[in-house]
Amino acid sequence: MEKENKPQKKPNSFEIFLEEIQHSSWIVTFLAIMTGIILGGLLAAITSLEMYAAFKVSFWDGIKTGLQVAWSTYSALFTGSVGDFGKIKIALAGGDALEIRRAFFPFFESLVQSTPYIFGGLAVAVGFRAGLFNIGVEGQIFIGALTGTWAGYAITGLPAIIHVPLALLCGFLGGALWGFIPGLLKAKTGASEVINTIMMNYIAFRFSEYMLRGPMKDPTEYTPKTPVIADTAKLYHFFQDPIRFHLGFFIALAVAAFIYWLLFKTTWGFELRTVGANSNAARYAGMSNIMVTILAMALSGGLAGLAGANEVLGVNFRLVPAFSSGYGFDSIALALLGKNHPVGVVLSALLFGFLRSGARQMQLKAGIPIDIISILQALILAFIAAPAIIRTIYRLKESKIKEEEFTLSGWGG
Amino acid sequence: MAPILELRGITKRFPGVLANDHINLTLEKGEIHALLGENGAGKTTLMNILYGLYNQDEGEILVNGQKAEINEPTDAIRAGIGMVHQHFMLIPVFTVTENVMLGEEFTKSGGFLDRAKAANRVREISEKYKLNVDPNAYVGDLPVGTQQRVEIIKLLFRDADVLIMDEPTAVLTPQEVEELFKIMRFLVDQGKSIIFITHKLGEVLECSDRITVIRGGKVIGTTLPKDASTKKLAAMMVGRDVELQIKKKKAQTGDVVLDVQDLEVLNPQNQIAVDGVSFQVKAGEVLGVAGVQGNGQTELVRALTGLLKPVDGKISILGQETTNATPRQITELGSAHIPEDRQKDGLVLSFPVADNLVLNTYYQPPFAQGLIAQHDKVIENSLNLVEKFDIRTPSVTTTVSALSGGNQQKVIVAREFSRPIKLLIASQPTRGLDVGSIEYIHKRLIEKRDEGTAIVLVSTELDEVIQLSDRIAVMYRGKIIDTIDGSLANKEILGLLMAGIHPDEDTYARAKSKKEQIVLT
Repeated sequence: MEKENKPQKKPNSFEIFLEEIQHSSWIVTFLAIMTGIILGGLLAAITSLEMYAAFKVSFWDGIKTGLQVAWSTYSALFTGSVGDFGKIKIALAGGDALEIRRAFFPFFESLVQSTPYIFGGLAVAVGFRAGLFNIGVEGQIFIGALTGTWAGYAITGLPAIIHVPLALLCGFLGGALWGFIPGLLKAKTGASEVINTIMMNYIAFRFSEYMLRGPMKDPTEYTPKTPVIADTAKLYHFFQDPIRFHLGFFIALAVAAFIYWLLFKTTWGFELRTVGANSNAARYAGMSNIMVTILAMALSGGLAGLAGANEVLGVNFRLVPAFSSGYGFDSIALALLGKNHPVGVVLSALLFGFLRSGARQMQLKAGIPIDIISILQALILAFIAAPAIIRTIYRLKESKIKEEEFTLSGWGG
Repeated sequence: MAPILELRGITKRFPGVLANDHINLTLEKGEIHALLGENGAGKTTLMNILYGLYNQDEGEILVNGQKAEINEPTDAIRAGIGMVHQHFMLIPVFTVTENVMLGEEFTKSGGFLDRAKAANRVREISEKYKLNVDPNAYVGDLPVGTQQRVEIIKLLFRDADVLIMDEPTAVLTPQEVEELFKIMRFLVDQGKSIIFITHKLGEVLECSDRITVIRGGKVIGTTLPKDASTKKLAAMMVGRDVELQIKKKKAQTGDVVLDVQDLEVLNPQNQIAVDGVSFQVKAGEVLGVAGVQGNGQTELVRALTGLLKPVDGKISILGQETTNATPRQITELGSAHIPEDRQKDGLVLSFPVADNLVLNTYYQPPFAQGLIAQHDKVIENSLNLVEKFDIRTPSVTTTVSALSGGNQQKVIVAREFSRPIKLLIASQPTRGLDVGSIEYIHKRLIEKRDEGTAIVLVSTELDEVIQLSDRIAVMYRGKIIDTIDGSLANKEILGLLMAGIHPDEDTYARAKSKKEQIVLT
């Protein structure tokens, strides 16, 4: 066991939290999700009036009805997010193109939902890797949507091959600016990026409202909306209506691959991760904490901006007030779920996308409130943040940290 | 009479590791029993079993000949066993009395704390055992040595008869160590018994009545100080002969490598920490910087390595001014730095060994082509260095946090020594390491010196400074109070200088004549 001559610096609770998140094993993550789902089902059951009615008949009726409610909740969630296999079969047999598209709609809609989550999750993950807590993703999404939309309708006469990347770039730059400002403040003055990104959110919300009611308002519309973007700025849709699956999903995957490469295969990524893991050692090793902090915040903001631009260019085609209902905040949760690793982020973005998309169908079809899904997400996160609970429930062994203190490797202990 | 404490066949397994293997140990009333072993030998595990923090898998504990069930610390306290942890368990903003009574508060009627009564008890204990602690002082204001005495009072307050002291000297200055030994001696004279855990050989011979050596979870042997020598104990601890006295040739000095003129540096509290310091270090020599911790050494090193901007003065490396240079510019001039706090500055604990071995060269070829990191080259480099520097790690992709302190330090040494360097600034290079690792690092430092590297060795360990340095500068309150020839240095002279006192001519003359005698014989 190693002895230091002076007491070690105690990490603060946020650092401990991050440490736990990044070092908890995937098995804990998986079990946390499963446990969350089980508890979510329980919750759906005990909030349903039918179960109580059934309990009045007999105890077993009550249990049976509870199970039925939980079952119908999740089967509605499944058919809502992936699709109804029965319908798919019938549609395929029938051969009607529209019916087939309708049958496959839930699956592709979930992918559409996942796309902004991928961008947003990457944004948060890049920040975390550099030791920065970017809570401003929501605001950066709004700004990215604004600049992306502007490039979409104000610039005309370009071919799609140029217009689409240009509009995405504008979205990226808008978000990047919104991340750059708190990054600069953090690097130069030490101002907490947590506080400043929250403040930047408010500025972004009010600023985009102003833009929608003023300079960017479509004069032909009564309500505050931007004009519709040019056809050349629209992201390619692979299928006809009602499927909205568009090129943005693949762009998101490509960006995730790029971020993976950047973080783990380049010297700049090495610097970013070093600054995030131990800023003292980064300084000792001659890295510029200031540059890394500023650039990482700008990149993080830019990725969030892409989430906003992607939604406009791929789904909505114009910007309306409050278009992003909490993508940015969900992104923080899913980045943690994905352990701030691009692959993990993509997987958890898919999970969140499918849950969100399925939840809407679930509410429509099974009458289960959509909030159950919010609670489910919160439960999963809570279990991941407190792995001790999961380890206790499933009798998993304590994480490696404790055991290492007792290695008896002879030389040097 | 039965011994006050007896451990019989204590065995403790951790997954994959036998931490304690049928350990027997007896503690007689009124003795100081030293438990000696390298880091990871199982000393701390054994004591944690005794103190009830772990439960043994096999074996039994007897207190005064009676079998004792110790399942948690409260059982240990009830059995009269107390522990002074290496990291003190004190609340700085509480007074001594408040800290001592915590968990065992005296109360007046109505549940109010009776501080006066507790303070009296603390005063009584302090006087009885000559601990010299003011019950009403705030713990945060006390020096480390006094804080340790507060921990001792806590145990005596709870009527402990057996005191376990876990590496008690690690945090103390040489003077404080002397004082602690006096207190320990006095405590056993008053009928207390002490288990003294350490890996420092000199201390064991100085203050214990009996010595038990543990290696790899087993008791290697028990001996008396009069039958033992540091060499013998070191061999028992490590399992092979260890060179405690490093052999070195006379320094072959070359050109001036590091030139420091009138340097002034502030500490984070904006007080002057380095106050007009000037010195030079030549190629092929070791300049030792001695001094009690906190006399400006930390700030001096940080200024030399570019981590702290000096407010005045000039630093040049190889004729180039580096006063305001960045750490990277200084590194690129051929300067290496073994930082004082390896875990805070020197390593990224959550990164693999391979990445830590290129922490300051990752951007240069062959480890990078432009922006692209060359992962296979990084791995190749780490495989070489792990072998060359004998870093004990399961693999090069293991995170550094999983390595022992000695091996963590070897990662830093390997990294810094693997590039061509002209200047090495080593700050507390062997802090917290065991005999084997210390021997290794010392050998490497002297090797570098003989290759013509200029070395600045900052250390609070006097033995280390005396052994390795060609010249020794002693820092006291931010100034270099004197620089003496390494061959003339002894603990007496350095001790006086460290306390800010210039030794008189006689002391120097004695050191010189002693030296000549040695040369003659």
